[in-house]
Amino acid sequence: MSDRSRLRLIVMQVLVVSLLLTLVGRLWFLQIYSGDQYRNAANNNFIREVVTEAVRGQILDDMGRQLVRNKTTLVITVDRSVLAGLSRARRTAVLTALARQLKTTPVALNDKITLCGTPDAKRPPVCWDGSPFQPIPVARDVTQALALSLLEQSENFPGVAAELEAQREYPAPYRANAAHELGYIGPVTQSELDATAKAKNPLYRSDLVGRTGLEAQYDDVLRGINGVRQLSVDRAGNVTGTVGQTPAQSGDNLVTNLDARVQVVLEQQLAAAIQRARGQDNPGTTQRLKADSAAGVVLDVTNGHVIAMASIPTYDPSVWVGGISTKEYAALTSPNAGTPLLSRAYQGGFAPGSTFKVVSSTAMLQSGRFSAAGPYPCPSYLPVAGQKFTNSESQSYGNIGLAKAIEVSCDTVFYGAALKEWKSDGGPHPAHPKDIFINAALRWGFGKTTGLDLPGEDPGNITTRQSRVDTWMLNRAQYCADAKNGYPSVARTDPARAAYLKAIAADNCAPSGGVYLPGDALNFIIGQGETLTTPLKMAQIYAAVANGGTLWTPQVAKAVLSPTGQVLRTIKPVAEGRLPVSKANLAFLQSALSQVAVVGTASGQFNKPPLFPLAQIPIAAKTGTAEVAGKQPTSWFATYAPANKPKYAVVMMVSQGGYGSTTSAASVRAVYEALFGIKGRTVNPKTSILPGGVPPVKLPVTTADGRILPPGSVLPRTPAATVTGASYTAGPAYPALPAAPDFPASPGAPATPALAVAGGPAWSADGRRARGAGT
Amino acid sequence: MTTGFRSPTTPYTAARRSIGSRVIDRESILRRLDWVLLLAVAGLLVMGTLLVWSATKQIQLDAGLDPNAYLRKDLINITLGLVLGGMTALFDYRSLRAYAPLVYVASMLGLLAVLAPGVGSTINGAHSWILLPAGFSVQPAEFVKVALCVALPMLLAERRDAEDEPRASDVGLALAVGGGPVVLVLLQPDLGTVVVFAFIVLGVLAVANTPTRWMVGLLAMAAAGAALAVKVGVLHQYQIARLTAFANPAADPLNTGYNVQQARIAIGSGGLFGKGLFHGTQTNGKFVPEQQTDFVFTVAGEELGFVGAGLLIVLLGVVLWRGMRIAVRAQDLFGTLVATGIVCWFTFQAFENIGMALGIMPVTGVPLPLVSYGGSSMFATLMAIGLLQNVHMRRYA
Repeated sequence: MSDRSRLRLIVMQVLVVSLLLTLVGRLWFLQIYSGDQYRNAANNNFIREVVTEAVRGQILDDMGRQLVRNKTTLVITVDRSVLAGLSRARRTAVLTALARQLKTTPVALNDKITLCGTPDAKRPPVCWDGSPFQPIPVARDVTQALALSLLEQSENFPGVAAELEAQREYPAPYRANAAHELGYIGPVTQSELDATAKAKNPLYRSDLVGRTGLEAQYDDVLRGINGVRQLSVDRAGNVTGTVGQTPAQSGDNLVTNLDARVQVVLEQQLAAAIQRARGQDNPGTTQRLKADSAAGVVLDVTNGHVIAMASIPTYDPSVWVGGISTKEYAALTSPNAGTPLLSRAYQGGFAPGSTFKVVSSTAMLQSGRFSAAGPYPCPSYLPVAGQKFTNSESQSYGNIGLAKAIEVSCDTVFYGAALKEWKSDGGPHPAHPKDIFINAALRWGFGKTTGLDLPGEDPGNITTRQSRVDTWMLNRAQYCADAKNGYPSVARTDPARAAYLKAIAADNCAPSGGVYLPGDALNFIIGQGETLTTPLKMAQIYAAVANGGTLWTPQVAKAVLSPTGQVLRTIKPVAEGRLPVSKANLAFLQSALSQVAVVGTASGQFNKPPLFPLAQIPIAAKTGTAEVAGKQPTSWFATYAPANKPKYAVVMMVSQGGYGSTTSAASVRAVYEALFGIKGRTVNPKTSILPGGVPPVKLPVTTADGRILPPGSVLPRTPAATVTGASYTAGPAYPALPAAPDFPASPGAPATPALAVAGGPAWSADGRRARGAGT
Repeated sequence: MTTGFRSPTTPYTAARRSIGSRVIDRESILRRLDWVLLLAVAGLLVMGTLLVWSATKQIQLDAGLDPNAYLRKDLINITLGLVLGGMTALFDYRSLRAYAPLVYVASMLGLLAVLAPGVGSTINGAHSWILLPAGFSVQPAEFVKVALCVALPMLLAERRDAEDEPRASDVGLALAVGGGPVVLVLLQPDLGTVVVFAFIVLGVLAVANTPTRWMVGLLAMAAAGAALAVKVGVLHQYQIARLTAFANPAADPLNTGYNVQQARIAIGSGGLFGKGLFHGTQTNGKFVPEQQTDFVFTVAGEELGFVGAGLLIVLLGVVLWRGMRIAVRAQDLFGTLVATGIVCWFTFQAFENIGMALGIMPVTGVPLPLVSYGGSSMFATLMAIGLLQNVHMRRYA
């Protein structure tokens, strides 16, 4: 062999060795250096997760009655991966046969099991948005007979199964509705999926989450933890086995401060108030009152517990179960139907009218510039800036003290105070205005939310000097454009109105447009103009007046119980602040309010036979009749009782409901009668709708088999034994008032009351049973 | 066998010797065999059989077929291959020269037959198969490799002293002999095999002491040819896609890029000791295609880990080392060149096949010598091992 050949052989050897070393090096890089990354990739490749949905927790009232529970329904599911393994002809045959059984068409059935995002898929929610490995529900709430017949012919229906599914159910104890407080659940959104992707308890695409109300506020408590079954799959997506499994954990039960019996009384009384208003003329006109909506709140003044809260129009929360139709949703949100989805109790802002005088009167006293004794002139009207600011019904009472001004709700007394302050603040161009009324309102917490544990609370509105200027600055360009151009489209049909609008626009365009005028000050002091508040906020401040000045944050939820009854969390009362009122001035206010029902604006209602036993249960109250531009007046009645030892604050509001004293007061009286057990003129706490006449302090008791019993029940040794203490009878104990046809007290209430005697099936909590069967 | 010990003084008479004494005779075939090479080959065959079995067992089961079908056929292939290899080793390689033209012409006819309509079959885009009855198929290109490893050395080592450079006419003839199959295989088209041919031709020419200017010219021509093939469009789009997918698998995640990515995941997820034979999730989940043939290394990587896959590379290294050792120690230039051709063939195929699975080489379908499932490849590689043993055994004669 030549030397060159030998050399070339050596070169070849070097080449071979270096190539082999390259391979080993690369192998090391893939397997050792970046092995973890590829191990993850391999796991993601072949593991698919199938969710076992957790059973959602129940929502209970203070007595352990189920406001929201779960019912177990039979669902027919189709497993795509099984169908995928069939021939096309066989698959078509299975779907056709199944469609016939389910009384639908093969096309509709196929649409349901088509994955969203594939070319032929219909839009959600028709297409399947969940995991392709999850059996897809194609028919819900089917009969047992149908499910059994499908299971018996399983060879004809490969991949078709009948599974148990928990669905939300609203037993409506005593026909209590509480739709706005309970809320509803709906499909999870992409952003929620993304947000919880890395969380310990992530959401899955098939999950339903709380959208409003308690369901949304306490979603993390109620939701439970989904179980996950990890299936191994091959490249084609065929399931090859089960890799791992974690069981689902039921959600926890939420005990609320709501009491179903008080709730239903409040709901019925709201309906009654609306009915009553609609039978009356709008004061000073011949038009009937529209009374388009109403809301009421019952608070425990000692801790802020929301015992009842209701708003009308309402709706049947079960419309959300299994998915709401477009038509049903439109009905819930349509202004023509009164937007039933919106709670007027905590999501709607209304002018408080004279109920606001608790703020005005104490602000006067706190300023030191006004005495309680006065005397203050109460003429029938006060002329200010060329305008007559009148008393309600233009009554005059001569010279009176401040207490009397509250009792009879004399507006002109307060107008005088407002005008005096406005002037002393410097009139239209003040240097350092004190704005005692605006500042008092802010310190009482108006213009911001109370911190209620329900989402979407309306903060109401207080217009300060600054916010007035800001708004004006924001809109000034438009005012000036309108002042310049006029309103040509209006002018074509109504030249006079166009000229009027143009003049207003010119006023607003002028440099004085954002100025706080005397008229603004006068409207403010009697709770009108731009001031807005919720009935809930009003109840909170009346509760604070009652309890000596503590602003408790209103709370619907009371405690969280595990499915086995362990108390996981008790929700403590939260003192948000104190009223900016001295002890003496508060005492003055309390005393003035306690006269309203006796000799003041509400005396007509409470002295109506049978006389309300004010001696035993004195009521502190204030009426309100807020005038609203372009609408009929808002009727208010804000109260607490017993005035000498306050327990409850009850506030009622009827939009376009006329006088507070006529429309709302009668209904609030009825609520108190139910709360205190008043029959005729006798007070008997035993006949109160609250056992013992007070809200329970203890929590409901959970039995070993998951049934929930009233607080204080003694647990039996065996679940089957008769339970002591649980003695609810079916049906509303309180005589039902005829509900307004438009606003049935509880449209979803079943014909036969859902709440049965203790030990009956309706009392058994589904949590346990459904947990074992959950899919 | 203890009776067979032969005293050095005993007269040498073959007729009287027992079988035992012949086996351990200094001159006996068994004593002269390269046992290290043979052990490495045996190791590769055992590993390959297990890997092929693991790669196909679950897929066969899922399809409702016999899970051991591939195992059985692979064992048959190996048995037949060992017989063929043994026969190749027994004949004195110098007498093989006479048969070289025959082998070459026969395999060339096979290549032509593949291209003839109605005879060849297309598998994975390449028209390189002849389907035979009873489920067998033949890839003539595999046998061309053996033929080239004999024919080229014959042309270049004949008619000259080992110290001389080969004559220009011999080089030309060698190029013609090598070029024929290259053209025919390009028409199939089977790029991987073309490159294997090119490596054999270049390697043999280089060691045959071909003048450097010739070598440089040939390399330049090869490079120009490759560039031209891409430019003019001799290559199909899918071929270019396959060739480039390894660099950036994410660009084509659903086709070749997907396979490249899945192969990487399979190997990478194996870690140090692997997931255990038959327990590869990528393998059992059919995520990697062609796992018993082109991507057989991914099974080793996933199920046997760095240790097992590394052992596979080491065993291949031992085969190549022994091959080069045989080339150096051969008693004549012809033997050296035969061994050189085989080392070039095995080296490129091993590097390409494993490199493709590791994502550092483009995807072209070449089998892993002695490991991949496939009759033709197994026969050809075991015949090549037989040739190496042949040259080794006769190194002193």
